[in-house]
Amino acid sequence: MGRTISYRQALQEALREAMLADSRVFLMGEDVGCYGGTYAVSKGLLEEFGADRVRDTPLSELGFVGAGIGAALGGMRPIVEIMTVNFSLLALDQIVNTAALLRHMSGGQFSVPLVIRMATGAGRQLAAQHSHSFEGWYAHIPGLRVLAPATVADARRMLAPALADPDPVLFFEHAQLYNMEAELPDDDGDPQGSVDICSAEVRRVGTDLSLITYGGSLPKALQAARELGAEGIAAEVIDLRVLRPLDDATVMASVRKCRRALVVDEGWRSVGIAAEIMARIVEQAFFELDAPPARVCSQEVPVPYARHLEEAALPQPADIVAAARALFGKAT
Amino acid sequence: MSTGSSDGAQRGPAQREGPGVRAAATEKPHIPAPPSGPVGWERGFSIGMLHDMLRVRRMEEKCAELYGQQKIRGFLHLYIGQEAVAAGAMRALAPDDELVATYREHGHALLRGVGMRAIMAEMYGKREGCSRGRGGSMHLFDKTRHFYGGQGIVGAGIPLAVGLALASKMQRSTRLGACFFGEGAVAEGAFHESLNLAALWQLPLLFFCENNLYAMGTALKRSESQPDLCRKVGAYAIPALSVDGMDVVAVYEAVTAAAARVRGGSGPIFLELRTYRFRAHSMFDAELYRAKNEVDAWKLRGPIHTFSARLKQQGDLDEQAFQELDAKAQAEVADAVAFAEAGTLEPVQDLLRDLLTAPGDA
Repeated sequence: MGRTISYRQALQEALREAMLADSRVFLMGEDVGCYGGTYAVSKGLLEEFGADRVRDTPLSELGFVGAGIGAALGGMRPIVEIMTVNFSLLALDQIVNTAALLRHMSGGQFSVPLVIRMATGAGRQLAAQHSHSFEGWYAHIPGLRVLAPATVADARRMLAPALADPDPVLFFEHAQLYNMEAELPDDDGDPQGSVDICSAEVRRVGTDLSLITYGGSLPKALQAARELGAEGIAAEVIDLRVLRPLDDATVMASVRKCRRALVVDEGWRSVGIAAEIMARIVEQAFFELDAPPARVCSQEVPVPYARHLEEAALPQPADIVAAARALFGKAT
Repeated sequence: MSTGSSDGAQRGPAQREGPGVRAAATEKPHIPAPPSGPVGWERGFSIGMLHDMLRVRRMEEKCAELYGQQKIRGFLHLYIGQEAVAAGAMRALAPDDELVATYREHGHALLRGVGMRAIMAEMYGKREGCSRGRGGSMHLFDKTRHFYGGQGIVGAGIPLAVGLALASKMQRSTRLGACFFGEGAVAEGAFHESLNLAALWQLPLLFFCENNLYAMGTALKRSESQPDLCRKVGAYAIPALSVDGMDVVAVYEAVTAAAARVRGGSGPIFLELRTYRFRAHSMFDAELYRAKNEVDAWKLRGPIHTFSARLKQQGDLDEQAFQELDAKAQAEVADAVAFAEAGTLEPVQDLLRDLLTAPGDA
């Protein structure tokens, strides 16, 4: 028998486990302590671990991300929480110009064992400055590892290997997933049960179409796959999980089997993750395709506030189903 | 190099200590009299300090020459004129204190103990360089010396030093964070966020602001609404002290006292080291923004010849001893250049190494 917990609870348990396991680990960010975390992920940790290790910061993203890098260099294992990916742009210089470069620029002398967690994505009517998906920007940068846990199990298990990684890891939590619940096996606290942070995962097995996605779009892709199944199209759903480095082998194995590929990405269409996945498919599996690869992405506008407009701007299961049908020459 | 004294210049007002008098705005900036007076150090220590400054000076003069020969490429930012700051500060800090510097860091690296050979090889882009040829002049690193660069983005090293000091405090270690930056960085948000964090968390951190009056070509008074940096820092509830950065004695004494206070748990301290860069910002700078007579006037305050004169005056140094010291520095430079020349190039197939940490290499 397992137990049912939420994605949020899974993250909280993982944080707690990490802090119990290693005294070098501490959490730092805006409102992680007294407030309990903007998305309530760190609720209760201040009481258990104290203000030194659950460290509230001023609203200084550039400063405290840089301090996280410095603390990592100084022998600690910081977890820095940024309220949302939109605010992470204030810290972009430290992430891109320092954390990602330091090891190579120093000739291999300085690793930066830092984990930066942040919420990402739309769907809560938070409008344009709190809803975007910049995972692709970070996935562009050599020297970073970019994770996007999309299941409760991954939320529970991906933090430990992220902390064990000697290099900077960005950890994206889609805001729409925090309330998602799932049953986990009883051994989920077992360190041996930790997962890798280099592979994509097949979430649904199919034979006709590879649906390739990550993060908050995974539930939508799975829903679309169920609808397609009712029409006789057996869609295989690939959860990328790791956006840098990309796991080409899992993607290509699926595409070679299914011969059709559709990428679902909440980021904007131009120059994004979907574009990169499609380029790799074309480079590596072109002659095994029965149709050109396709993608469903967000509309290229700032995410609007009004509910109907926000829904129209984001990839929806119906859009995925329609794009899939088109790959089979069916009417959309 | 002249070692003559410039004692003929008029004495300026007393050195300003802490938040205080703001200089009257005049067309011609006031330049204080050259550092003078007795040096209260044991002779061997004084000679060591002089040798430190000479090593930096001779190494960088050679770098400029090698740049002209295109042996060194990219950006080259010389520290010439500011040597008293790195020399005085490095001897006042402990070997395990954590240091972050800027892209004008040759002197800091050398006096921190990074070998001149490894520095010169780095300038040559050789594998034997202190960053394996990946960094060049602006990115000198040495983990064994707790030297974290070599940071090329103005102000970006300051949050790193905050984190290093935070780690030290959380580990209940006695080591300090020490961050060198120019006055130009004071306009960056990273500076202000860092000062706030350091003061809020009472971190063991020394801020070394080397005020050489120009951020590339922008004079301080053209970029800061409050050009009195100590007053500005006072708003963060951080003790701030202004020091004559051309006087190695003043620098050493101020840093020694500040380091002791910080190590004793005082929280961060800000030191403004008032100095001057004798050379151009980089090798591409035509110096249109300052008058030659201003540079000449500051050269009268040069840290090496004024310190030498003081030592001579009290009988701790004669011209022959100076020449021997200088010859020793020049010989070290010649050896470093030969080492760099003989260095090897990293094989291109190793281009992608050290991007991520190899297993077992953390």
